[in-house]
Amino acid sequence: MTAPLPQHSPRMSVAGNAPSLWQAARALLARDLRLLWRRRGDALQPALFALIVVVLFALALGNDPALQARVAAGVLWVAALLAGLLALDTLFRGDAEDGSLEQWMLAPVPLAWLVAVRTFMHWATTAWPLLLATPFLAELMHLPRAQLPVLMTGLALGTPLLSLIGAVVAALTVGMRRSGILVGLLALPLYVPVLVFGAGSVAASAQGLDPVGALLLLAAGLIVATVLAPLTAAAAIRIAVN
Amino acid sequence: MTDPYASAPPLLAARDLRFARNDEPVFGPLDFAVDAGEALLIRGDNGAGKTTLLRVLAGLLRPEAGRIEIDGHGTDAPARTRALAYLGHLPALKADLGALENLEFLCGLQGRRRGQSSDAAMRIVGLDGYQDALARQLSAGQKKRLSLARIWLSPAPVWLLDEPYANLDLDGIELVNRMVQAHLREGGAALVTTHGAYAAPPVRTRELILERPA
Repeated sequence: MTAPLPQHSPRMSVAGNAPSLWQAARALLARDLRLLWRRRGDALQPALFALIVVVLFALALGNDPALQARVAAGVLWVAALLAGLLALDTLFRGDAEDGSLEQWMLAPVPLAWLVAVRTFMHWATTAWPLLLATPFLAELMHLPRAQLPVLMTGLALGTPLLSLIGAVVAALTVGMRRSGILVGLLALPLYVPVLVFGAGSVAASAQGLDPVGALLLLAAGLIVATVLAPLTAAAAIRIAVN
Repeated sequence: MTDPYASAPPLLAARDLRFARNDEPVFGPLDFAVDAGEALLIRGDNGAGKTTLLRVLAGLLRPEAGRIEIDGHGTDAPARTRALAYLGHLPALKADLGALENLEFLCGLQGRRRGQSSDAAMRIVGLDGYQDALARQLSAGQKKRLSLARIWLSPAPVWLLDEPYANLDLDGIELVNRMVQAHLREGGAALVTTHGAYAAPPVRTRELILERPA
């Protein structure tokens, strides 16, 4: 049944063939894309959910373009935020339950790097479809076209920030059996500033004010989170896996 | 334990290693060394701390006190990852991926020994023909064999095998023994936990017997 073992050169002389950061990242991205494709029904759920929220809002607010235009940015932001929240609990849970996280920790690349790659995938799968659909959804909500670039920039800066904050929360709760409600409760207060500045930038531009300040704050938050969130999440995972 | 090969530092050594969970001592203080070409058989009853010891050595758990040395140098957990390959109770396989896809991912993450192909490793562990089978369709024994293929492909010199014989048929037990033997012949080392019901690999073996703390 089993094949004979071949002879090898001595193992001790084989050194330095640990994967580089890029090789490890590529392996993880390829795996996640494959899994995404195998479970494409589940994977589309967050984006579909956001779509439904926006469309239902547009229908519920009736034929009042002025009112829709006022709330459009807020609705789109909330939809993006909830879509990300929906996929948050699955970010590390599956990998924790089947032992993959243990093997991540034992890989010769920093755990924080793998966490960052995984978080990037979360952002790509939940936010990119929504970002692509935003121009159409904005049209549906009668958002003035002049405000669309501000909304798009805000979402492009804000959604990765939401994913990074969410990764820390997901890592903190990964050791618990059932943490659905806890993830939401922990993430919500951390999400609020992002929402305030994101939706606020569009509101400011609607009033003829300069939205750049709020967008720059989002960008600053994104930079800080890009550096700190993977490290924090990795530390939380190390505590959870034992 | 006196070291007969005192001239070369042992591949893996623990000095005064202790672990406690919530202030309850689990094992220790332990002192042992494993040389290249040697296997350390870790025996003990259920709950004696065999798995915990391997997880501490692997770096998944932080020891309460003591040092873990690789090649005579004290190390922290990230520095040990290059030297250790860990086979645990959880298979780390994604149910929706094929056997070969799972193996390729884990090799991409943890490195691969030069000149080794995943296909050859699948043949060695007796999973030839199952390359495209989804991991969810594999039996527990086949999953174990797939994990053994990962260990075989790992570039690490020290294998930490936690109950490698569990779920395996006689042919599989023989496979583990042959793999350990081949690995040791090439200058590697292996730490194997077992509760003693299986035949140990026919290699130079040291034994560490863990007892439940009183």
